[in-house]
Amino acid sequence: MRRIRAFGQFWWDFVVGDDWRAAAGILLAISVTAALVAGGLDAWWLMPVSVAAILWLSLRRAADA
Amino acid sequence: MTTAFLVASAFLASAVEFVEALTIVLASGITRGWRSSLTGLAAATVALAAIVAVLGPALTLIPIDVLRLVVGGILLAFGLQWLRKAILRASGYKSLHDEAAIYAEETAEARAAAHEERAGLDWYGFTLSFKGVLLEGLEVAFIVLTFGSTQGSIPLAALGAGIALVLVAVVGVLVRAPLTRVPENTMKFAVGAMLTTFGTFWAAEGAGAHWPGDDASLPFVLAFVVAMSFSSVGLLKRRRLAFA
Repeated sequence: MRRIRAFGQFWWDFVVGDDWRAAAGILLAISVTAALVAGGLDAWWLMPVSVAAILWLSLRRAADA
Repeated sequence: MTTAFLVASAFLASAVEFVEALTIVLASGITRGWRSSLTGLAAATVALAAIVAVLGPALTLIPIDVLRLVVGGILLAFGLQWLRKAILRASGYKSLHDEAAIYAEETAEARAAAHEERAGLDWYGFTLSFKGVLLEGLEVAFIVLTFGSTQGSIPLAALGAGIALVLVAVVGVLVRAPLTRVPENTMKFAVGAMLTTFGTFWAAEGAGAHWPGDDASLPFVLAFVVAMSFSSVGLLKRRRLAFA
């Protein structure tokens, strides 16, 4: 059990790191892009705009901490 | 252009990781003996080769859109971590990565550790080297496999990583000291920007969107990410001065 937990923790740290909100923001941005595309809007521009917002919010959180 | 991006990204990312792995192998070799350290290095290399050999062909079986969506999302999360740390370092909110300080810390810990012999090896030296190389190598394997598979060329990504490995290994053997003159923080900034660029591009494509000009839009995405990063450094520096 401890090894499974350690394995999960390793991958969490590896991919998500110390700001889970940034990872959640990426997931949300991808989902909204997919929904807009499914609705007929080619929303290629949404990812770069979202990435800029996610990065800045994450940086501000780190700077405030 | 995409080929050059692919090789350059794999090279830079791998070089950064190999420099970190070299520091650990050197610290282990000098304090605990070269036999244990190099055996740990060899064992980790075999483990990494096995992981790449199993995962590489498996990734090529996944449909490209699904692969780009998943890999794009993961790369973006991974790339933003690098970029975030690099921006915080450049703006003075985080101390710069210092290989000499890490080397001093690793050697002090290795000297203090008790001697325990297993299979004819100093176990601390072996595990220090094995874990260090495996963990740093996993990041290289992840980048090479994801970049290579989504762009349809694992060998090209592996070429970038291979050049970095040879370069770091040759310089490491020649100087036998941590590579403190490598501009590691600048390289990490560049790698973070490239990972974020590819992640943004593939995540949008995987979600079904089409970039204007397809692959030709990659340099523009990179320019956007770089501009955004430099602006963030400038804003954070001003913010730090305002609160100082």
